[in-house]
Amino acid sequence: MLSNIVTITNLASYAGAGLCIGLGAIGAALGEGYTAGLANHAISQKSKKSGDIIKNMLVGQAIAETAAIFALVIAILLLFVKMPSTSILKAAALFGAGICMGFGAIGSGVGSGFPGGEACLGIARQPVMAGRLTTNMLIGSAVCQTPAIFSMVVALMLMFMDFSKMPVSPTWAALIGAGISTGLAAIGSGFGGGKAAGASCEGIARQPESIAQVTTTMLVGQAVSQTPAIFGLLVSFILMFKTFPEAVALNASMALLGAGICMGFGGVGPGIGNGLTAESAVRWVSRNMRATGELTRIMLVGQAVSQSTAIYAMVISLVLIFVV
Amino acid sequence: MAIEGVEIIKAAAFLGAGIAMGLGAIGPGVGEGYVGGKACEAIGRRPEEAGLLTRTMLVGQAVSESTGIYSLVVALLLLFVV
Repeated sequence: MLSNIVTITNLASYAGAGLCIGLGAIGAALGEGYTAGLANHAISQKSKKSGDIIKNMLVGQAIAETAAIFALVIAILLLFVKMPSTSILKAAALFGAGICMGFGAIGSGVGSGFPGGEACLGIARQPVMAGRLTTNMLIGSAVCQTPAIFSMVVALMLMFMDFSKMPVSPTWAALIGAGISTGLAAIGSGFGGGKAAGASCEGIARQPESIAQVTTTMLVGQAVSQTPAIFGLLVSFILMFKTFPEAVALNASMALLGAGICMGFGGVGPGIGNGLTAESAVRWVSRNMRATGELTRIMLVGQAVSQSTAIYAMVISLVLIFVV
Repeated sequence: MAIEGVEIIKAAAFLGAGIAMGLGAIGPGVGEGYVGGKACEAIGRRPEEAGLLTRTMLVGQAVSESTGIYSLVVALLLLFVV
């Protein structure tokens, strides 16, 4: 029986490692490609500034790459760190960790590509603002990376926490659900935060004197875009830390797995939507600075409505965990 | 055997509730965000029409929200009624 558990744990760990780096490579590659594409565009407009543009492109791509590096680190840990496999729950936790980091890297990778590319175009447009544009790009893409960092935190907790005292059923479903919840919810927030950051780099290049208002609006918009990822993290923490009473019946397990799926998918749309709203608000703050107050207000109202569906998903997740 | 059947149905209903609300939240979230973005664009162009534009945005978002509410209702039905 013990050798059986070891086999299943290895199996889950290798499958998780494959999914982790396979999914995790998607986003960063897309984001870096977008940055490089716009960098080429920028150099075609202003070839004299190609040095600055290439430097900015490489810095931007390095940030987008971090999401994939997180996934690579988790995949390598899953492949080579031998976990004490005393309980079948370790297998569920390791598989959940792989899914979590794999999905979680997609949004941040794609999202970080937007500010990178727009900053390259901005340098071609306003060469004197090159330093400020790179700084703004770094701030914006750092915020984009937070959902990937949330995913890495959850993945590491799933890998290294000791669940062996917990009842196998339904905790196995809670652990996989915890991975799905943060992993999927991170996609929307990473993508949305990137949209806002891209618009801010474009805006600063268009209207350099609006830099203070643009950066502030970007950060407010990105903060709201992050909330679905934070909801996902919250549901994951509840699923990991709550001790569930032993239940052999399938329905208790499915409720916990359903809670993770619900919050995970439910966070994708609002994260992207909040980002689209923030993108337009930032873009128009730079074009019409006098309307900054109005634009911030309408952005927050629009985001609040878009957020409501993430809140429904969280409510259903919490009902699935605590009520049924 | 009969009890097992009930259990499987409950299990499917719980999983279904999660999937219904989770997937159902994607569309309204993106759609309402798009409306919000367009409203920001419109106010940027014509700040003096902010009141009218806010109202139009909220009406449009409310309609877009309806599919999210359908998902919520179906999820609650799956949880508590079925």
